[in-house]
Amino acid sequence: MENSVSKSNFRKMDSEEKKPRLSAKEFGRQKVLVIISAIYVVYGLIFYYLPLVGWIMAFQNFIYADGITGSKFVGLDKFIFLFSDVKFLRVIRNTFCMGLLNLVFSTIFAIIFALLLNEVRNKWFKKSIQTISYLPHFLSWIIVVSIVHDALTSTGIINDLLMRFHIISEPYPFMAKPAWFWPIVTLSNLWKETGWNAIIYLAAITSIDPALYESASIDGAGRFQRIAYITLPSLRPTILILLLMNVGNVLNAGFELQYLLTNGLVQDWSRTIDIYILEWAMDARNMDYSLGTAAGIFKTVVSISLILIFNSIAKRKGEERLF
Amino acid sequence: MAEMDLHVRKKKMATEDKIFYTINAIILIIFAVVTLYPVLNTLAYSFNEGNDAVRGGIYLWPRKWSLSNYAEIFKKQGMWQGLKVTFARTLLATTLSLFANALLSYILSRKNFLFKKSLSLFWLITMYAQAGLIPSLILYRYLHLTGTFWVYIIPGMVSAFNVMVMRTYMEGIPDSLEEAAQLEGAGYLKVFWSIITPLCKPVYATIFLFGAVWNWNSWFDAMLYNRFEPKYTTLQYELMKLLDNVGTDGNNGTAANGQAINKVTPTTVRAAATIATMAPIIAIYPFLQRYFVTGLTIGGVKE
Repeated sequence: MENSVSKSNFRKMDSEEKKPRLSAKEFGRQKVLVIISAIYVVYGLIFYYLPLVGWIMAFQNFIYADGITGSKFVGLDKFIFLFSDVKFLRVIRNTFCMGLLNLVFSTIFAIIFALLLNEVRNKWFKKSIQTISYLPHFLSWIIVVSIVHDALTSTGIINDLLMRFHIISEPYPFMAKPAWFWPIVTLSNLWKETGWNAIIYLAAITSIDPALYESASIDGAGRFQRIAYITLPSLRPTILILLLMNVGNVLNAGFELQYLLTNGLVQDWSRTIDIYILEWAMDARNMDYSLGTAAGIFKTVVSISLILIFNSIAKRKGEERLF
Repeated sequence: MAEMDLHVRKKKMATEDKIFYTINAIILIIFAVVTLYPVLNTLAYSFNEGNDAVRGGIYLWPRKWSLSNYAEIFKKQGMWQGLKVTFARTLLATTLSLFANALLSYILSRKNFLFKKSLSLFWLITMYAQAGLIPSLILYRYLHLTGTFWVYIIPGMVSAFNVMVMRTYMEGIPDSLEEAAQLEGAGYLKVFWSIITPLCKPVYATIFLFGAVWNWNSWFDAMLYNRFEPKYTTLQYELMKLLDNVGTDGNNGTAANGQAINKVTPTTVRAAATIATMAPIIAIYPFLQRYFVTGLTIGGVKE
């Protein structure tokens, strides 16, 4: 009894001094915290903020030996080059389209998978399927790409099956066809992440009040009606939050997989912004740090704009939002 | 009469249920097969004799057993070096970054901390305002981090996302515990170490396991920062070079790694390398599983 009283007293005191004033006394009391956070700030300034200063390179003809202070300024030349480069325009198209395909399909498949799994009665069966489903999430992209390669070669399982069912008469060169690159990327992503992405939807489904389902059943709602009128509407906030979080990643969602999966024949459809940047950074004969930096600035600015735009739309419509 | 009706309706529903559950189970089994088959197929190839495998037609079981593929990869110098480096970085980077993230989370979760708001904002910004690959590369070169082992450890040590997840968890711990310890004269660091840390074991484990998997699977930093330093190669990067050596339908677009493609690695050796690098992940998978669901839910409800 006494204990609980003192606890509530503490809490009261707590809420009263919710806004600590910056006084010498308080500062002295928190000295340890202040010193440690100062170390973190120094670290953050060096490894996260200092690179932003490097954006200056995009407005220079940057030469490593001359440094940022010694390189010549060229104004917007690099950006002008970028947007007149057919290669870069293609790269933007590829990144956007693959990012969007990935976002849309991974959301849909994760929800469907969560719904199906939720309808399973046998606990053991449910657990086994789920355990298998998130295994690929923990494999590296290198392994995944190797698996995709093996499945799609002329002797791979896909061609094997297609020929067995007489859908095709000779092996189809999937990896050599530009038109197949985007679908292969989308499917590879689905293979790796569907089970993983479904976890959060499953958690959301489990937290729905069972009384809702019971009263719906009494009113004569069938299984699919319950899904359509109870489950999906209850998932709405989760779906929206995840979409908002991921919309800023659309341009980020295209690096390892595309880089490892690509080949000379499909380059025009496979190259993404990150790969484009990497080429300017690593190609010894054709190195241009300035162009790569400019492309990086474009990517970050578009990503942040996307987040802000979609967040403000959500805000105006009174939906869930990030900030 | 009415009772009969009800009975018929119930029976009809029961059959409908049965059909539904069967179809559902079939779909899920197909899903599981599609997920598992490629891995099992790779496993079968890895134990098959190389020349025999060229004929194809190996599915879930090796046709001509052989351990020579594994012998082959363990003979490769790069693989051993990669294993050593990967092991070291996984242990060191994961431990250090867990500690760094936990301490920062602790500071940011103190209600009375004077700079709570400004410091949170400082780290939140780093999640979105990413400078990009080239400015970071240049910075690491200036700092002499490229061409060293430390480029794997230092740059990623503090991650704002992990800090947000851990902070949320720590904020859920009752203040009274900290206050009681403070009344007895414990300082902030003492509270962090002997009160908060033991209570945060689940979230620490989650962050640690995720970090370990990430470090184990990484190859990109090895290629970007250390491709001229074979002694700092990583396991996955070695695997990538191995897989890259197979000219499938043209060059793999990775001329940058500067390797002359002179020898085609047999499929079976590639399979063995794939399985070998995957094995540790599979081995810790049961532990992973216990923690990551909690981890994801903590992260998911953070907003």
